[in-house]
Amino acid sequence: MSEPIIETDGLGRDFSVRDGWRRTRLTAVDSLTVRVDAGEAVGYIGANGAGKSTTIKMLTGILVPTRGSARTCGLRPVADRRRLAREVGVVFGQRSQLWWDLPVADSFRILAAIHALSTDAERARTDELVERLELADFLRTPVRQLSLGQRMRVEVAAALLHSPRLVILDEPTIGLDVLSKQRLREFLVAERAAHGTTLLLTTHDMGDVERLCDRILLVDRGQLVYDGTLHGLSRTVGAERVLVVDLAASTPDLDQVPGTRHLGSEGGGLRQRLAFDPDQVTAARVLAAVSERAEVLDLAVEEPDVEDVVRRVYAARR
Amino acid sequence: MVDRTAERSRTLTDQLPRGRTAPYRAVLGARMRAQRSYRGNFVLDLASSLLVGLVELAEVWVLFAAVDRLGGLDFTAILLVFGLADLAFSLADLAFGHCDTLPTYLRAGTLDVFYLRPQPLLLQLITSDISLRRLARAAVGLGALTAGLVVNDIAWSPAAVLLLALATLSGVATFAAMFVWAAGVQFFLVEGSEATNAFVYGGRYAASQPASVWGRPLTVLFGFFFPMAFTAYLPVVTLLELPGSELLPGWAGWCAPAAAVWAWCLAAFSWRIGVRHYQGAGG
Repeated sequence: MSEPIIETDGLGRDFSVRDGWRRTRLTAVDSLTVRVDAGEAVGYIGANGAGKSTTIKMLTGILVPTRGSARTCGLRPVADRRRLAREVGVVFGQRSQLWWDLPVADSFRILAAIHALSTDAERARTDELVERLELADFLRTPVRQLSLGQRMRVEVAAALLHSPRLVILDEPTIGLDVLSKQRLREFLVAERAAHGTTLLLTTHDMGDVERLCDRILLVDRGQLVYDGTLHGLSRTVGAERVLVVDLAASTPDLDQVPGTRHLGSEGGGLRQRLAFDPDQVTAARVLAAVSERAEVLDLAVEEPDVEDVVRRVYAARR
Repeated sequence: MVDRTAERSRTLTDQLPRGRTAPYRAVLGARMRAQRSYRGNFVLDLASSLLVGLVELAEVWVLFAAVDRLGGLDFTAILLVFGLADLAFSLADLAFGHCDTLPTYLRAGTLDVFYLRPQPLLLQLITSDISLRRLARAAVGLGALTAGLVVNDIAWSPAAVLLLALATLSGVATFAAMFVWAAGVQFFLVEGSEATNAFVYGGRYAASQPASVWGRPLTVLFGFFFPMAFTAYLPVVTLLELPGSELLPGWAGWCAPAAAVWAWCLAAFSWRIGVRHYQGAGG
């Protein structure tokens, strides 16, 4: 068993909020007990205000917890903040850590000095990041002139320049176009494969979760409500998969296939959609049953939409 | 592609700072290059701060066209007070003035970025930028001080030189402490920099006045609590061997270092409480 990168025990944080003259206490994170091992890629998901950012701030020593304890990279986040800073890289999707009016290369130089990298380490790492994130074309461009997609790539490079063991990404793909998202995810997968970096990301983009994370932590109102794989999460809420079949001829609605629910037909019955529960019946069995009734030309199996799954989890708790 | 890499390697390897102060030098070096690269702006900035400094000096001069003495000081003595206060304030402003930007960082949430870097928070804040135009103000102060030292009848001795050196250093430290004190308070106010500016810039104005004309409340506030009187007025009174006043006697100029230490106690307390509030330790 490797050393845990993140370990929390009953971690919680309240805020005192002023409402007119009265002060009310608001629980942002209730009691979080979780362990993340080196090399894991964890998606930390939940609605706005579920306590994601507060948790990140407690893990990095920005906020002092109200209760419980946390260890990040084996260090106490608040007491050992400066040492921890060398081990952790954080990307905030909506906050920049770059120097707005300086060229990209200058920001890298300053960060290398801030993290006291040796000349060789700095050169090697900068070259690696520039190549893998494709930054060479705008290294001499001031940050303020970059497009959002370019800037996010630079932000990621800046956070990873000191080769942190743990990389925390807070909404890294927010506002990015499909291609930029894709590139960023590919980079993170490669970075993880090459250096064994641990990833913790908060996101609303379920594509991020599907492509990047092998484990999900779902928080709701400051409480951890799920810890496991994405597939397992879908199962807990009984999320169904959908078999889409294209048929050779117009067929009446296939609403008598055992173990399925007919969702709809298009093109006069040429394309039909059948929902089924993967725990009750396999896709193969459903397909066989459909084939008995009509000639299948093409098929697709749709995985449950993660956002939908999260909505169901929340709904079930209310 | 190959050319580009070669070009980058050159720019990256030249004079990258190393050592303990490297992080601060790297940031400040880049900031200074950025300011100088807009040469027109920079010259204009320098000129306008110089002008503001000269106008303030002229104000004092105009005042003394109407009266001969103010609070026991004549124009030449006031020139000394003004010069000492302005020099000390400008140097403190040059080094610590960027504490002023804390509310901006707080509002934008970028202060968190400082927490993610392995340097002390306050040092990062102070060295996050530098305004070279403030050198122009320091030049006005130095000019006034030099003129004051020439036109006044000073009994030069090693003690006098020591007093002057102590007063200058303590003055810079005291004003610097005011900036840090104000920054600490910003953690609570966020939108209230005007409130603290009243003390920081008001204190600077008070420092260039003869403290003997102040009423008792003002003497308590800027004489002792924020020890502005110790930055310029009292050292000058001691240097010129003037009598001083009841609350602020003539020998008190020697206490300028103690005043600086007191100011830093205030500053450290305020900063500490402010940071704790931000992190929510007591919260």
